[in-house]
Amino acid sequence: MGLLVKERDVAIPGDELAEGMDNLPAQGSYRDGDKIIANQLGVVTIQGRLIRIVPLRGRYEAKAGDLVIGKVVNIGFSSWSIDISTAYDAQISLKEGTSDYVERGSDLTQYYDFGDLVVAKITNVSTGKLVDLTMKGPGLRKLVGGRTLIVASSKVPRIIGKQGSMITMIKDYTGCRISVGQNGIVWLSGSDNKSEALAIEAIELIQKEAHTEGLTERIKELLEKNKK
Amino acid sequence: MTYTKRNDGRRFDELRPMEAKVGVIKRADGSAMFKIGSTIAYASVYGPRALHPTFMRNPEHGLLRCNYNMMAFSGSGDRVRPGPSRRSKEISQVTKNALEPVLDLTNYPNMVVDIFVELLQTDAGTRCAGICAAAMALADAGFSMKDMVSAVSVGLVGDKVVVDLDKEEEDYEDGSVDIPVAMTHRHKKITLLQLDGIIPEKQLQEALKKAEEACESIHKVQRKAMLEGYKHGL
Amino acid sequence: MDYNPKGFIKGLCSKGERLDGRKLDEYRNITVELGVSSRSAEGSARVRIGDTEVVAGVKLSADKPYPDRPDEGTIIVNVELLPLASPDFESGPPSIDAIGLSRVVDRGIRESKALNFNKLVIEKGEKVWMVFIDIYPLNNAGNIADAASLAAMAALQDAVFPKYDKKTELVTYEKTTKKLPIERVPISTTILKIGDKLLVDPTVEEEYVADASLMVSTLEKNQVCAMQKHGREPLSINEVDAIVTLSLNKRDILKNALENAR
Repeated sequence: MGLLVKERDVAIPGDELAEGMDNLPAQGSYRDGDKIIANQLGVVTIQGRLIRIVPLRGRYEAKAGDLVIGKVVNIGFSSWSIDISTAYDAQISLKEGTSDYVERGSDLTQYYDFGDLVVAKITNVSTGKLVDLTMKGPGLRKLVGGRTLIVASSKVPRIIGKQGSMITMIKDYTGCRISVGQNGIVWLSGSDNKSEALAIEAIELIQKEAHTEGLTERIKELLEKNKK
Repeated sequence: MTYTKRNDGRRFDELRPMEAKVGVIKRADGSAMFKIGSTIAYASVYGPRALHPTFMRNPEHGLLRCNYNMMAFSGSGDRVRPGPSRRSKEISQVTKNALEPVLDLTNYPNMVVDIFVELLQTDAGTRCAGICAAAMALADAGFSMKDMVSAVSVGLVGDKVVVDLDKEEEDYEDGSVDIPVAMTHRHKKITLLQLDGIIPEKQLQEALKKAEEACESIHKVQRKAMLEGYKHGL
Repeated sequence: MDYNPKGFIKGLCSKGERLDGRKLDEYRNITVELGVSSRSAEGSARVRIGDTEVVAGVKLSADKPYPDRPDEGTIIVNVELLPLASPDFESGPPSIDAIGLSRVVDRGIRESKALNFNKLVIEKGEKVWMVFIDIYPLNNAGNIADAASLAAMAALQDAVFPKYDKKTELVTYEKTTKKLPIERVPISTTILKIGDKLLVDPTVEEEYVADASLMVSTLEKNQVCAMQKHGREPLSINEVDAIVTLSLNKRDILKNALENAR
């Protein structure tokens, strides 16, 4: 078979994961001659012939189509600058920010003001990794109230779950409205502190134990135990 | 002059006791501590992040920036005057050169990856300890790295080829040669090499061979630290 | 960057709540470790307040005294906000914040006469001990000021005199067993005003939205020995009184941490 590691092993950069040509390197690994080598510090995942490393940490890498949550940090004549935790702020152009006809020189803060939180979608990432966002689309909106939580962007898929199953379970049990940005920002708003705290506890537990077995069951238990 | 016994009783090819830990600086994207003998180095990594001023930006790949510094109370003699010195600037440069070969920065156009190395206490081998810590910090931060890098000082003390010189050996009155070496783990490619002193070719070859073995031992310590750190992160 | 909605922290504060669930007058866990750089420093310490971590080291040198103080040694405090410790700290010469913090920590120790400068004399008018205290944050999770002050005191308590060779007039950095002449223990607490609430031991997010802050250094028997106000908003006299009282109340928590140092 050629595998030198198994599912859920932790690998460091330079570790040999497999030898021979049976396996293919995917994210976090590369081929060096007849060996597949880990490229990142993370957990080994094997899907058929593909060997992947899922990193524990790492800054968010923007991709077109991603849903992200960000904060308005600057307002220009015809655009808003949004901090989405990438190296440079993302941009929402006038056209992508609102369907209204906006007069030249009008006050853009009436749409999105300094410090506002938004759920936006990435439309484009330039070769220089500059990000364009749009507010036009289902679910994209300014967020009012609530609070945020920062999670590792690599854990977002686990927090959302298959077809959203995990996050939906948390929403149902806590009654909170929750938006999860691919960039690792989570917004939530509940009817009281207790439900928000429970949702946060569940999400932090997922972060901590993302690569263990039986996680879904443990989260369900946690939510059941503390249900109002 | 014949060098017969090391002051701490080590074998000539023996490293001082080592300690390593990752994730020691929570605000950073990645961090690590590496201790060898009494030399203690902290490293933290921030990035990829915005690079200012603009003229430094490279549209084809990210910039790797390294800053090595000794804390004022880290030297066993006089206080070290704070601020960059010519020595610390040189060490910053060679540290960057030691790590850059294993990094792929093409994914970070116009951005910078900052590495900061601070020495809490020094007893020779500081640039090597800094590189060992920085390599772990980069991995801890989730960067794509072809391989790990380990570093150690080897050299000549009197007439003996020696591994991991301490300060006393560096200052040996009958002459010593200090050779800091950094190597990648898989292919043993040298990414840092400096030499101070006079050493016969044959002994230089022997020293480099010993460096390879020493780096293997160091790699084991780095690996253990990263695996343990990961367990806690879980 | 704090991604919480505008006014979120202020809102919590007005209800007496905090992001991390603490009470307004609650300190995070404090630990003090001595001798972290014992091989090189004459005295050293590491202070942790929550996730904030600061190290301090003491080095002594023998120099000519200041002409107007021939029978006194002195302290020189240097705080450097290392870029290692936070994405917000920049490389380069000490920033205004670093200099400000250096001076404030200095004031707390100097004005309280914590260290007896007269007992730092080697030869009156000719040679005195200069006590350098260098302080470096390793991780900034808020309230570096209190951690720095505590670390400075801990390092001083850990310190011993090095040997001084009268013939060569040089310091030989072998440790003696003679401790530094510490006669008092000033303790500093920084208290923030957010809205109309006062809170202790701020996190980075709280520091960011603070209206004003007052750092108060206190001694035994309800004495104040140094103060420094920061921030854009003014403080009323009542607020200052309340802050000083709060500071005196919290003194023991920090002092105990110092006494339990290992």
